[in-house]
Amino acid sequence: MSAINTSGWKPEMANNDVTTSSTYTGNRALMLEEALIFEIGDSETTGVDLEDAPQVASRLGGLERNRTIGLPGLSEPQTVRHYTRLSRQNYGIDLGFFPLGSCTMKHNPRLNEKVARMKGFLDVHPMQPQETVQGALAVIHQLAEWLVTLTGMHSVAMSPKAGAHGELCGILAIKAALDARGEDRPVVLVPESAHGTNPATAAFAGFRVENIPATPEGRVDVAALKARLGPDVAGVMITNPNTCGLFESELKTISDAVHAVGGFVYCDGANFNAIVGRVRPGDLGVDAMHINLHKTFSTPHGGGGPGSGPVVLSEALAPFGPIPYVTRLADGRFKLVEEENAGEDHAQTFGRMTAFHGQMGMFTRALSYIMSHGADGLRQVAEDAVLNANYVLRSLENTLEAPFAGSGPCMHEALFTDNGLAEGFTTLDIAKGLIDEGFHPMTVYFPLVVHGAMLVEPTETESKAALDQFIGALRSVAERAKAGDASLKSAPHFAPRRRLDETLAARKPQLVWKEPELPVAAE
Amino acid sequence: MRYLPLTDQDRKAMLGVIGANSIDDLFVDVPEEARLDGPIAGLPMHASEMAVERHFAGLARQNLAAGDHPFFLGAGAYKHHVPASVDHLIQRGEFLTAYTPYQPEIAQGTLQMLFEFQTQVARLFGCDVANASMYDGSTACWEAIGMAGRVTKRKKALLSSGLHPHYVSVARTMARFTGDTLDTALPSFDGTDIEQLIAAVDGETSCVVVQYPDILGRIEDLSAIAAKCHEHGALLIAVVTEPVALGAIRSPGEMGADIVVGEGQSLGVGLQFGGPYVGLFACKEKFVRQMPGRLCGETVDAEGKRGFVLTLSTREQHIRREKATSNICTNSGLCALAFSIHMSLLGERGLRDLAALNHANAVRATERLTQVPGVGIVNESFFNEFTLKLPVNAREAVHKLAERKILGGVSLGRLYPDDGQLEYGLLVAVTEVVTDEDIETFADALQEILS
Repeated sequence: MSAINTSGWKPEMANNDVTTSSTYTGNRALMLEEALIFEIGDSETTGVDLEDAPQVASRLGGLERNRTIGLPGLSEPQTVRHYTRLSRQNYGIDLGFFPLGSCTMKHNPRLNEKVARMKGFLDVHPMQPQETVQGALAVIHQLAEWLVTLTGMHSVAMSPKAGAHGELCGILAIKAALDARGEDRPVVLVPESAHGTNPATAAFAGFRVENIPATPEGRVDVAALKARLGPDVAGVMITNPNTCGLFESELKTISDAVHAVGGFVYCDGANFNAIVGRVRPGDLGVDAMHINLHKTFSTPHGGGGPGSGPVVLSEALAPFGPIPYVTRLADGRFKLVEEENAGEDHAQTFGRMTAFHGQMGMFTRALSYIMSHGADGLRQVAEDAVLNANYVLRSLENTLEAPFAGSGPCMHEALFTDNGLAEGFTTLDIAKGLIDEGFHPMTVYFPLVVHGAMLVEPTETESKAALDQFIGALRSVAERAKAGDASLKSAPHFAPRRRLDETLAARKPQLVWKEPELPVAAE
Repeated sequence: MRYLPLTDQDRKAMLGVIGANSIDDLFVDVPEEARLDGPIAGLPMHASEMAVERHFAGLARQNLAAGDHPFFLGAGAYKHHVPASVDHLIQRGEFLTAYTPYQPEIAQGTLQMLFEFQTQVARLFGCDVANASMYDGSTACWEAIGMAGRVTKRKKALLSSGLHPHYVSVARTMARFTGDTLDTALPSFDGTDIEQLIAAVDGETSCVVVQYPDILGRIEDLSAIAAKCHEHGALLIAVVTEPVALGAIRSPGEMGADIVVGEGQSLGVGLQFGGPYVGLFACKEKFVRQMPGRLCGETVDAEGKRGFVLTLSTREQHIRREKATSNICTNSGLCALAFSIHMSLLGERGLRDLAALNHANAVRATERLTQVPGVGIVNESFFNEFTLKLPVNAREAVHKLAERKILGGVSLGRLYPDDGQLEYGLLVAVTEVVTDEDIETFADALQEILS
């Protein structure tokens, strides 16, 4: 076993099992336990000082609250400490390498946070008169224009709230376009390697999902796809670069074939980071593609959102896109097109997808990011993201099975499998071992097309030194898994929690806190 | 470039390890005709931090910020004072730069927060359980209608005329593709349609959707409609666009609602020109397996310590694919955190005080504004938002007020472009941030415009 971390914990120290010595508090120095707000707060405490409400005659219609709600309050110092302690039980990009494949966990520039918090953006209401929000509309319009430029598409729908919402937007536009043609095409083709959101979206919109197999090289089986095309096929949903980390080099051929039978091509743009500034999806015949601003354009993932999923559309689908949207008038002012004024401009819209105009707070951040990088910087983003992934792939292909390493270079992520691990050792064990090494694990068990998948997406914001340390750590953990090192089965040993019982959680779901039952007093 | 750590020397060394001559070798799978051979045309080159900041400051100045002017807009998005510690805490990098807690051992911070959030939302709404958030109130509302369809195996939803028209639009968009039938109507100044809804519920109804308080600000007892729904095996869905109201009025769950959804923007999140916001979703425990979205649950770790995980994921897209209850993946985690922190700071007492202050300010505003000649109030009941009836088209009044730098509410004409009666309606929200001086300024300006 080789020492990876030369400044801190060393593998030879592992024999001193610190977990056996307990403390009075359950804390371990900087690793601090924290109770729930329901256990430390109470309903009479508040951390907010408000002016006294003037006495008025109630106009609440006789529905005044007459029961307690059960909401504990904390003073401000307690609040700050509670959430600061909780935050320290989390892993984030700020803390270290986070190679979660397909999620593009890149550095989140703090300039973007500053810009989004300018009061002219943060403190404006979505229904303010348009003449009072021209700067906000300008941001949306500028970002829309640049997303169109970067993708080579015709137009863009900005309102979808996240990637899956964007997928829905694209699929609804396809369905609306087919309706306008008077065609009923019940089938959407989805490759086996697709994100789960793809089939879920198509099924939601009422389509029947049929799977298309992958070739042994990890790409869509074009022959199988072509063979399935026909008048009942509404379209295909293809991820490019795909979830095996490969560019679908025949996407244009696929698009042409789908168009030839009257179908549409949806591209899942989750992996756009690999090609931004180097390839325009519009040149590959795509009709709709969502862009995760929280992936490619660096808006923070926030522990599970908010995201933002604008959808670029081809000329054929553009008339069916959602309202509202922003246009620029001849005099240079910006106009928000919504129900009130959509009439002639956008009569074929499939409607509204969300209450307001989309994720403004994400738009400012993404635009700030695009401006910072510019055309030259974005091209470098894609190049460095791909370079980093290939560096990981080639550095580890002799340690872990890399099923498609022979297919040529990967794009932004490197895929490995659990083939070759000792009996009883799994991808999960490797992931948990990496936690002890101080990394967030890669995406595991996805894509489903290989056994025990490990999908490593380093992104462009990692240095070579960070990659080298990770490569060393993954190599070390993989060797332990191949050698059958039993300590790996119980990893993580050094995280705030050991492995959690997910079966128990699902069998007896406890989704809210309940007062513990008091022991019955003895008579 | 300041965000890219690789040096040219690193790049060269790494290409050597890979066995490639140049970066272009790594893009060989891209067909040649699709490769761009230089920086893309139509985008400027990179910019310094200072230049970007200056650009945005210029754009931000073109907007009238709510906090700088008398401000009375609501209609599903409310301006409340957010304590400074909320924004500070959500910017902790461990919260801000984490993702969906797929590895629970190193995501207990997010998971415990979600468990606390779910409990707060469930209690506020008077429900048994809540999920870990949706995109916003409008999408949560649609997901609830879809869920009612799964629970009842029926496809006919009755939407109250008091439901926010944008929520109706979202539901209409989705229903068009799922084959659900939606019964809708325009609101009327003469009263709510609760009696018509009660009469319309029958054995084919999957759900009735009511907003509480409704789009015009009116508050109505939901017990009778709940009873009627249950009599016919339908679900009552209540939509709350202003959660602060529930510090003053009883919760929909108490009155029998089966699913309660809402917009959580009022607490912690801010106006942000419409997003990101946070959808709240709660229901009775018996429906939990039909819920959309992420759920966080309590469990124990290998040493028996309490911990939290995402659970019941067999409902979700990454496991169930085309059979999932929803396609939602990324939701609104950081906004849920902001909501939860703000709610923890308030606590029950703070929420009640905040609600009382909102209501009192609104009552005083109605008293002053209805003294303006020609102005009447539509509402019998309201919390912090009410509808004024003006003698002129309210759209024009709003624009004239804006010229005087007063953000005087949302005209119903903008929300309901095709209705003759409604265009005289002005929806006015009055929260704790509104001062007596603001109300005076607004009333004086309105009087001037109407005279």
